[in-house]
Amino acid sequence: MADDIKAHITGTVWKIEVAAGDAVDEDDVLIILESMKMEMPIEAPFDGTITEILCAEGDAVQEGQVLARIDED
Amino acid sequence: MFDKVLVANRGEIAARIVAALRTHGIASVAIYSEADADAPHVRAADEAVCVGPPPVAQSYLDQDAVLEAARATGAQAIHPGYGLLSENAGFARRCRDAGLVFVGPTPEAIEAMGDKAQARATAAAAGVPVVPGSDGPIDDDVAAAALAERIGFPVLVKAAGGGGGIGMQVVKKADRLGKALQSCRDRGRSSFGNDAVYLEKFVEQPRHIEVQVLFDAHGHGVHLFERECSVQRRHQKVIEEAPSPFVETMPGLRAGLTEAALACARAIGYRNAGTVEFIVDPEGHFYFIEMNTRLQVEHPITEAITGVDIVGWQLRIAAGEALTLQQDQLSIDGHAIECRLCAEDPALKFIPRPGPLGRFEPPALEGVRVDAGVASNSQVTPYYDSLVAKLIAHGPDRAAAIERARAGLDAFVIETLTTNRDFLRGVLDTDTFVAAAYDTGWLESYAKGR
Repeated sequence: MADDIKAHITGTVWKIEVAAGDAVDEDDVLIILESMKMEMPIEAPFDGTITEILCAEGDAVQEGQVLARIDED
Repeated sequence: MFDKVLVANRGEIAARIVAALRTHGIASVAIYSEADADAPHVRAADEAVCVGPPPVAQSYLDQDAVLEAARATGAQAIHPGYGLLSENAGFARRCRDAGLVFVGPTPEAIEAMGDKAQARATAAAAGVPVVPGSDGPIDDDVAAAALAERIGFPVLVKAAGGGGGIGMQVVKKADRLGKALQSCRDRGRSSFGNDAVYLEKFVEQPRHIEVQVLFDAHGHGVHLFERECSVQRRHQKVIEEAPSPFVETMPGLRAGLTEAALACARAIGYRNAGTVEFIVDPEGHFYFIEMNTRLQVEHPITEAITGVDIVGWQLRIAAGEALTLQQDQLSIDGHAIECRLCAEDPALKFIPRPGPLGRFEPPALEGVRVDAGVASNSQVTPYYDSLVAKLIAHGPDRAAAIERARAGLDAFVIETLTTNRDFLRGVLDTDTFVAAAYDTGWLESYAKGR
């Protein structure tokens, strides 16, 4: 199963912790957003492989925007 | 007195300082980022200078841009507010070198209190109780283990450069100490560029109580009593009150706290407004935590109960005037409570909620003051912290202040934007808050249990 990794808040991409092709475990931190001086991590919904990164560090993103894609193992 | 002052901040505190400048007949210069062109603090000021794009590092924290704005407008002084450049000794020094008055303490005083280990040593030398622990940074794990055994677990490992709960860990058992020391060193190095850590006893069921002081440049100073700041989440204050209901029940505690605060300030030749923070255990033993060498977010509750205009005195002291307040003429009038209204969602673990704001109409009620950083039909952006306004309720006693705070929150018109208003309102109704039976851990457990 493939899934979209979406921004849960409006903010800025502070750090991208993974790259396309990386294998990740459920709850691994994939991307850290920053909004209103708070860091908000986005975690992997399940064990899988990152297939695509659709944002860059420093990008302004809207709530609901797709930031990455993941394939379930 | 000054003719023109630049306000190097944004939001509610910049609007508050601009208003104080107007009261004193001083021209105001606001600075703003491209995201804040229409902000209330910009509209309220006599002049405004754009200092860069939205991120703070490229605008409000850009020292060259701020100093250039002061030079270009002919401002004689810079009021830094809180946060941003307010506790930056390097910036205070650059102001001095540029012939500008920094509305605050000297760079040397900022430095003396900026490093937590050094601040603790300064307080201890001034005879002020500090939490039992390492006298300064501890880099030897064996010595740390021996010290932890001596003062007893639980202990707290803290990064010397840390703050706001970052770089801080509670250790309950000896076998966990080594790992905590290493992780605090790593965090200190990556977040603050300083890997020194220190160790202290973890005080259980603590209260956070702080004392406001004001000193002029001629060595005369007073305290303005205490504020109770124990209602916190993630080390961020949510509701503050003055005076402290706990202090009121403990004979001798107010005298002890206020004398200790004055001693800390004198020890570093402090001038201008400052706040000395203490941790207080259920028996009334108190220990120095840190001194904030700046104006505090919650200063209005002290203004409410003392009638003293703290920002006004900051300006007069910075201009070299003598502080004419005398300690024996100061007294506490009633009780005041501040609620911090934030753009966050309590239903979703308090995640920040920037977004469009429709009508925003603070209540006009007796005993209620609102310091706001936003206005109707605007956009609350994700670039800055989530505080949109502070509601300060003052009454003849604590019950009246609580009642006015409730009425104020109920009457506040806030459309579209998600805020913690209902959460604050709920806290004011709890038995624990009404009985003032809280410690610094209470709000977190209340929030989780809702």
